[in-house]
Amino acid sequence: MAKGKDPHMLNYLLRRLALIVPTVIGISICAFAFVRVLPGDPILAMAGQHGVTPERYEILKEQFGYNLPIWQQYFDYLGSVLQGDFGISLATKRPVITEFLTLFPATIELALTAMFLAVIIGIPAGIFAAVKRGSWFDQATMGVALTGYSMPIFWWGLLLIIFFSGYLGWTPVSGRIALTFFLRPITGFMLVDTLLYGNWPAFVSALRHLILPAIVLGTIPLAVIARQTRSAMLEVLGEDYVRTARAKGLSPRRVVNIHALRNALIPVITTIGLQVGLLMGGAILTETIFTWPGVGKWMIDSIFKRDYVVVQSGLLIIALIVMAVNLAVDLLYAFINPRIRVQ
Amino acid sequence: MKLMKTLLAATAILALAAGAAQAKQLIYCSEASPAHFDPGPTTGGNDFDASAHTIYERLVEFAPGTTEVIPSMAESWDISEDGLEYTFHLRPGVKFHTEPYFTPTRDMNADDVIFSFERQWKEDNPWHAYLEGMTWDYFQGMDMPKYLASIEKIDDLTVKFTLTEPNSPMLANLAMQFASIVSKEYADQLEASGDMAAFSTQPVGTGPFQFVDYQLDTVIRYAAFPDYWDGKQPIDDLIFAITTDASVRAQRLLAGECDIMPYPAPADIETLKADDNLNVMESEGLNIGYISYNTTEPPFDNPDVRKALTMAIDKSAIIEAVYQGAGQDAKNLIPPTMWSYDEATPADVYDPEKAKEMLAAAGVTDLTTDLWAIPVSRPYNPNGQRVAELIQADWAAVGVTANIVTYEWTEYRERGKQPDRKGPFMIGWTGDNGDPDNFFATLFSCSAIGVSNYSSWCNEDFEAAIQDAKAISDPAERTALYTKAQEIFKAEEPAITLAHSRVFMPMKKTVLNYHMSPLGSHIFKGVDIQE
Amino acid sequence: MAPSTEPVATASKPASGLREFWYYFSVNRGAVIGLTVFALLVLMAIFAPLIAPYSPDIQYRDALLKPPIWEAGSDPRFILGTDPVGRDMLSRLIHGARYSLFIGFFVVIGALFVGVILGVLAGYFRGWVDVAIMRVMDIILAFPSLLLALVLVAILGPGLFNAMIAIAIVLQPHFARLVRAAVMAEKNREYVTAAKLSGASHIRLMLITILPNCLGPIIVQATLSFSNAILDAAALGFLGMGAQPPTPEWGTMLATAREFILKAPWVVTFPGLAILITVLAINLIGDGLRDALDPKLKRS
Repeated sequence: MAKGKDPHMLNYLLRRLALIVPTVIGISICAFAFVRVLPGDPILAMAGQHGVTPERYEILKEQFGYNLPIWQQYFDYLGSVLQGDFGISLATKRPVITEFLTLFPATIELALTAMFLAVIIGIPAGIFAAVKRGSWFDQATMGVALTGYSMPIFWWGLLLIIFFSGYLGWTPVSGRIALTFFLRPITGFMLVDTLLYGNWPAFVSALRHLILPAIVLGTIPLAVIARQTRSAMLEVLGEDYVRTARAKGLSPRRVVNIHALRNALIPVITTIGLQVGLLMGGAILTETIFTWPGVGKWMIDSIFKRDYVVVQSGLLIIALIVMAVNLAVDLLYAFINPRIRVQ
Repeated sequence: MKLMKTLLAATAILALAAGAAQAKQLIYCSEASPAHFDPGPTTGGNDFDASAHTIYERLVEFAPGTTEVIPSMAESWDISEDGLEYTFHLRPGVKFHTEPYFTPTRDMNADDVIFSFERQWKEDNPWHAYLEGMTWDYFQGMDMPKYLASIEKIDDLTVKFTLTEPNSPMLANLAMQFASIVSKEYADQLEASGDMAAFSTQPVGTGPFQFVDYQLDTVIRYAAFPDYWDGKQPIDDLIFAITTDASVRAQRLLAGECDIMPYPAPADIETLKADDNLNVMESEGLNIGYISYNTTEPPFDNPDVRKALTMAIDKSAIIEAVYQGAGQDAKNLIPPTMWSYDEATPADVYDPEKAKEMLAAAGVTDLTTDLWAIPVSRPYNPNGQRVAELIQADWAAVGVTANIVTYEWTEYRERGKQPDRKGPFMIGWTGDNGDPDNFFATLFSCSAIGVSNYSSWCNEDFEAAIQDAKAISDPAERTALYTKAQEIFKAEEPAITLAHSRVFMPMKKTVLNYHMSPLGSHIFKGVDIQE
Repeated sequence: MAPSTEPVATASKPASGLREFWYYFSVNRGAVIGLTVFALLVLMAIFAPLIAPYSPDIQYRDALLKPPIWEAGSDPRFILGTDPVGRDMLSRLIHGARYSLFIGFFVVIGALFVGVILGVLAGYFRGWVDVAIMRVMDIILAFPSLLLALVLVAILGPGLFNAMIAIAIVLQPHFARLVRAAVMAEKNREYVTAAKLSGASHIRLMLITILPNCLGPIIVQATLSFSNAILDAAALGFLGMGAQPPTPEWGTMLATAREFILKAPWVVTFPGLAILITVLAINLIGDGLRDALDPKLKRS
């Protein structure tokens, strides 16, 4: 495998980056346009049960620049975004980017834990299923995986809450940590913060709060990873060099470990990367069910509250992040699998 | 390494804080995140709970559990004979909170009172628009600019309000959350430092609890204010655990994750009541859910048709299926707990046969109409869609076809206001200050057409009664006028008065001295927790 | 995605392709079970008014929130109990199958139609057509699909039809990408060159010569989209943005019943179970189709 200065790699990187510019512009136009065509009125959305006077309405319209031509509004918006200004939330009057950065760690923590669960259970399960192909273990695992893959996760979350929180009382119902712990965020990641403070009971509490949402969010990725690992593994086990290794009398465990696993994991890594966008969608549902204070819930609340500025900038930020992660996955894939670069 | 040191230092500080860990804590599972902590421009009940009722106080207050006005920042007041001059004598020695971001150098005085109103009133006040796109919704909504002539400082502890015309609800208005007294000294400090927006995120007030910390959409923390003029609170820490979903709130309360919660889902009340550790307080809500006919649209311009359609609705089924026992049939516009409520009004009867006859007599056959269903859950109407489904079925039984329509909430109200709107429109109201004027005039005066008179109904006699009642201050005379207004309302039926919802407040049995506010506020002053 | 571009290994196509397909498909027990369940669901949907004991909209005001028949306090008339306004759960679930299957069919057909056209155009013509189409697809795919669908529904207004349009929009780029890759792979094969030399038009080349040879992966993707569409529509319904009550759509039924999660778990449990069974059946079929249509896996 070529390393370091690889002209193909650099070339590929540049090509990918060049493709990104129009996509980013397109995303910003979409985010901007979506919000313009949303029904309802941002100024009336801010007012309470008494409404606003027509004079005040005109003043506010001017303040927010809604009286300007649409293209000028877009360029003004783009200009501020390029300077890192994503606008002020209509509801809370706080900068959107500040709110996003406050809530994002909660989503990341949830998503990473979900992914962690999916990987540490999904990959071994997939490998065993492939090695013991056709066994009861294989059939059961794949049956469970397909069920998980078909799961309406909002319903799954409700069932888990009824059972574990309501009936058994094992896990807390919602929130990120018991309220008796008052830790000012350092990183925003509850598990990390509690450890930095050296507060062991707080860490345990945070973990107990995290477990159900992480299971719910991790269910579909887990199923996908288990299935993908199994089929990748089956494919590799059928390849000539593995057959050769087997024929040479290497122990099955050695064959699996050294030869098959490494090659089988390449497509699995891509699969994991591609789950990021899906995870974001799942986070909306999971965070809504568990009232988890993350970005997904923030977005859906803002859509319902008609906080136009948050919807617009939130869409933009999230799309940019998903795109960046997909790009990173592609590059990683290209790096470990040189065939792709030359195409 | 430097990071490590900072962390160690931080840990040490928190360890100190944890030393006082035996503090009495009250955890309130609140229903929504506050927009911010300035009670002037905010409008939501959850905003007020988080600021106006913890951090701030007003010249006068509603006595706990009632709508009676009692002294607070003002120890006493005089109202001139003509009802135009209100002179308030301020309480001496009221301290503002000391916070890491502000240390007060003086007690609360007339300057603070004047600033608190002028920032909402005078457009040239630098604080009038200190947040982007802000409106002083309640100050405007209660018509303060129309009634206020001047606010003057007589001396440090005396303030005089002069009105343009007599307005009997004025004193009750001053007990409302928007009239909270804020610190001018703090405002000046922020203005000098250029960070005016901090006024809404780092609040300073005189109230029983002072602000400690807010984690967005998660938790608000308050501590009892040690120098509070009325003595330190029995609890040490007050925590708002923000939990937007009603059934999740109920589960948290059952699991012991919080001590008290507002707005349980009607479906959960039975379960909550059955739990041995919980006490479910309940009271009549100061609200009305109603359905406005458009009285300018045929055939709804005929009072007989309106009355027939009302008669065709099985209200008891709605109250059972939608309010699930947490509501009571409304026969008047104002709720029964409000003074001047007319007991003599007959309750609406459900009689589909007679309704059919009346419709036939009015020449109405094969009527097809839109029926507007409220798109969000409100205290006065927990599920508009379900109400609409039930009415649709009831009306079908008398030969009226109703098509359910609904829009996004702001759009819904905007379209509903149009004078040419087609079909009955579901809406409701929650009282602001306990005065009947706040229902009658706000919802059905002629001048409210196109604003909040969704029936486009302008009745001369009704209008005369409510306008006269506003200008006089004798409660007996006002009651007589409002009784007349209720009679006219019932005879004309501009709207179906659907239900007043009952309000429930489940809490642990260890929570002591909680009073339910008829105005829907959640106030923790004086609340204790049994250990 | 990195679609596999290895040459297709089938040496010769047997005359009875369908029989071979059925042979491979029926070997997969799961797929057969899935197909059976799916067939039953389709029958249930078609004959819903005949099977359902009651109309899904009739309110029995004397029987609000009755539990299923095997629980205490049930009403013998209602096998699976009633909902908050006294409608029969079983009848609503049976009618709900119509909505879910209709959503699946509509969304797949819509996404397939648009996606295939765009994909074929992009893959066949390449150049600026390709660049323009694929950039738009990239933009759509950059938004998390559920979030994008939510915003689109918020724009169009909540409702079943608008939800279906939104879901079709977010699902179609997958078809476009797949078809484009397949067309590009097929375009330079000998049979296409031969057809081109014999003077076939662009349209003929695109639709009659190339497209049928990419059918396998498209069918697999269509099955996948079918189940995704049902799940997404239910999720939108759950968030209050899909079908509006009183429509007996399963996700919407779940959402409106959510407040009864403690008091009446059955109104929450059954609609979710119905979604799970339907989606599972379709995914089983999808697996069977993939095994039967993907020659590479057939070998192993």
